[in-house]
Amino acid sequence: MIGIGIVKGLVQTAKNLIGTYTDKERLVTIEYPEERQPLTEATRQFPFLVYDGDDPMKGLRCTACQICEKECPPKCIYIVKSKDKRVDYKGQNQFYPAIYDIDYSVCMSCQICVEVCPFESIKMDTAFELSTADRFGGLLVNKHQLAKSNTHYHQIHPTEAAASDEAMNLERAKAAAKAKADVEAKAKAAAAKAAATPTASPEASPELPKPAAALPKMPM
Amino acid sequence: MASLDQIFVTLKEQLVQLFPAVLQPYVGVLLSIVAIMAVFPGIFALTTVVERKLLARFQNRPGPNRVGIPLTKIRLAGFGQFAADGIKSLTKEDIIPRNADRKVHFIAPFVLVVPAFLALSVLPIGRNMTALDFPETGLLFFFAIGAATELSVFMAGWSSRNKYSLLGAMRGIAQMLSYEIPLILSSLTVVMMVGSLSLVTIVERQTSVQWGFFHSWHVFTPWGFAGFLLFLTAACAEANRTPFDLPEAESELVAGYFTEYSGFKFALFFLGEYLGMFAISGVAISLFLGGWSAPFTFLDWVPSWLWFFGKLFAFILFFIWLRGTLPRLRVDQLMNLAWKFMLPMCLLNLLVVGVWHFTAEWNELLRWSLATVLLAGPYWLFSRSFEARFKPRTYRYAADSPAAPVVAPVAPQVPI
Amino acid sequence: MNFIFAILAGLTVGAAFAAMTLRNLVHCALCLTVSLIGLALLYLQLGAEFAGFVQVLVYVGAVAILILFAVLLTRGGEAPVGRITNSLGAGLLVAAAVFGVLAWAIIGSSALKALPKETPQPALLVKAVGDKLMGEFVLPLQGIALLLTAALLGAVVIAMREKSSPAGVAVDSRSATRNP
Repeated sequence: MIGIGIVKGLVQTAKNLIGTYTDKERLVTIEYPEERQPLTEATRQFPFLVYDGDDPMKGLRCTACQICEKECPPKCIYIVKSKDKRVDYKGQNQFYPAIYDIDYSVCMSCQICVEVCPFESIKMDTAFELSTADRFGGLLVNKHQLAKSNTHYHQIHPTEAAASDEAMNLERAKAAAKAKADVEAKAKAAAAKAAATPTASPEASPELPKPAAALPKMPM
Repeated sequence: MASLDQIFVTLKEQLVQLFPAVLQPYVGVLLSIVAIMAVFPGIFALTTVVERKLLARFQNRPGPNRVGIPLTKIRLAGFGQFAADGIKSLTKEDIIPRNADRKVHFIAPFVLVVPAFLALSVLPIGRNMTALDFPETGLLFFFAIGAATELSVFMAGWSSRNKYSLLGAMRGIAQMLSYEIPLILSSLTVVMMVGSLSLVTIVERQTSVQWGFFHSWHVFTPWGFAGFLLFLTAACAEANRTPFDLPEAESELVAGYFTEYSGFKFALFFLGEYLGMFAISGVAISLFLGGWSAPFTFLDWVPSWLWFFGKLFAFILFFIWLRGTLPRLRVDQLMNLAWKFMLPMCLLNLLVVGVWHFTAEWNELLRWSLATVLLAGPYWLFSRSFEARFKPRTYRYAADSPAAPVVAPVAPQVPI
Repeated sequence: MNFIFAILAGLTVGAAFAAMTLRNLVHCALCLTVSLIGLALLYLQLGAEFAGFVQVLVYVGAVAILILFAVLLTRGGEAPVGRITNSLGAGLLVAAAVFGVLAWAIIGSSALKALPKETPQPALLVKAVGDKLMGEFVLPLQGIALLLTAALLGAVVIAMREKSSPAGVAVDSRSATRNP
């Protein structure tokens, strides 16, 4: 009969109408600024730079190797290498970024910079409320704004951060082992040399960092 | 309570008395106009918010609940929304397409809104409260004024020089012309029974007491019930409400005939549509639901205008409920419904009214069962033939097996 | 009273003149609608409520829309480029003849003579109209109804698609063979 289906439909929607007032579970909408959906661990928005320790600028892992700058598809990263060097987490002398800018308005969140970075330095952040009144400068962020601590990284992506720390520890251990092996090799060579010419031993310690310093140039 | 019932009538009389005798008729007219121009757009403003909120609830959403008083934290459960919408449409740029027919494009919204206000003025919104009473031709005036709606739809659609607009206008006019026939035929039943075209007389006739405790509304008779349902369906189509919102089908025609309107003219179209809905609801109330009369005699102490507006709100809520429930009809389904189901049922209903009129002396039970059988039998038969027609559609190119091309049944075209 | 009549008559005649002279056919049809509304208002001014509202309902609600549809479906509502007709003299002759016949009929009609100079507005009741139609003029009414029904059926027959092959698949089967 014509009309039965209409009545059935009306009953269904009436159930919805009353149900939304009696049963809050029916309302699927999350009222955003007050309520927030918990972010999933896979959330990725824009990149940030990780630092260790307390001082963001001193602890910055970035070595200004410029791989990310070259790989970035929309070319939104701008890096200027420092003139001087400082000791990085492996105990090796490295450059650091004098300028590190990312234009968030250009960035397409492809995460390629994260994948190519050999120093576990650039990672994806979860912050998404980035609206600004300044259309041009407001989304151009410098290294001070980009620098976020490793604890922050652990908070937003715990599993990934743990893996990253592990990889870094491995690197560090490798570097330490290599340094130790080098020292021992040097010591042995020195001993051998010393055995041959006893005056050569003081030269061994200044030469120690040299093979390690050559290491970061490898991916170029 | 009688004073509360007549409070607006006495208020108007008192106000008119303040003016010199020469001006009094004009002031009286002006006061009626101001009242209509203030009350119904006010209801419109409220309806826009209520509609959005209720539609959301029908779909398990909370709906608009943000806009309240500016610069404060008070949210008023979102009921400030209509003010925000109004300010937005008032201040928005009015864009007229370069190729549009500027004059016709300009006039079209007014051709819709002015008759809508005129149609509202014949409604008896309370005891002794009718702004424009035509003792001979009240209902005829309403339908005559309704004709301007079609003209406005055509003007808007044609002058915009937009294909969507023109398509919407064509659909709109076809739909309105088709559904005007069941609308008028179903209201004719009441005219036949009452013997008057005046809405005031029709309402007064329904205030007589039946069986001791309730008023003899026309909807409480077999022909009245059938007529009410037919009128309601046709009214839905005349007011372009879902499931009959083909002329402005958002998913097909952007916004139908007012696609090319923006800013305040768009708001006028919006207002006109809603005023038309209120007017046609008011006529349905006056014809079938006893106008301003209470359903039961023990509720007679409630002021009459409160009953009218209560019923009007019930109608608005029902229309919103329908919109939240039913999907849109296809054009051929729309025409089939009007010409092959509603028109025969309306004609049959006229016959039943005649039978009802001439069997006034019969036993009530016999009379009722005769009228019910006369209406329900053909209804059942029509339903069967409709169900046979509306089998699940099969599509030739979407079918799984390309071997047997299944042609979807082509509905016969009905000339308009 | 006379002032209102002057306004209404001016509106009606002006709109009719515009309907005659405008180039755009849709504009012409809309002006004709205004003219018809003016006529309805004149009826109302004479106290003939029923006739006035029926005029609006039938002419504005149906006939005007029909004209507009016809204009749109035939020539797209574009303004014609050249002159519509060259036989201005013949047109004037026909117009004068029609006007003369109508004027002669109105002036010579018995109704006009029967009316006294100063008439109170007759109470034209809808019921009286109905009684007349169902009593005195029932045969003409039935005749008109029959004629209109015949016209309606004729329109349906003309508009209906021809069914040459079973169940109206003629067009569809052709297209199906074209696009297998």
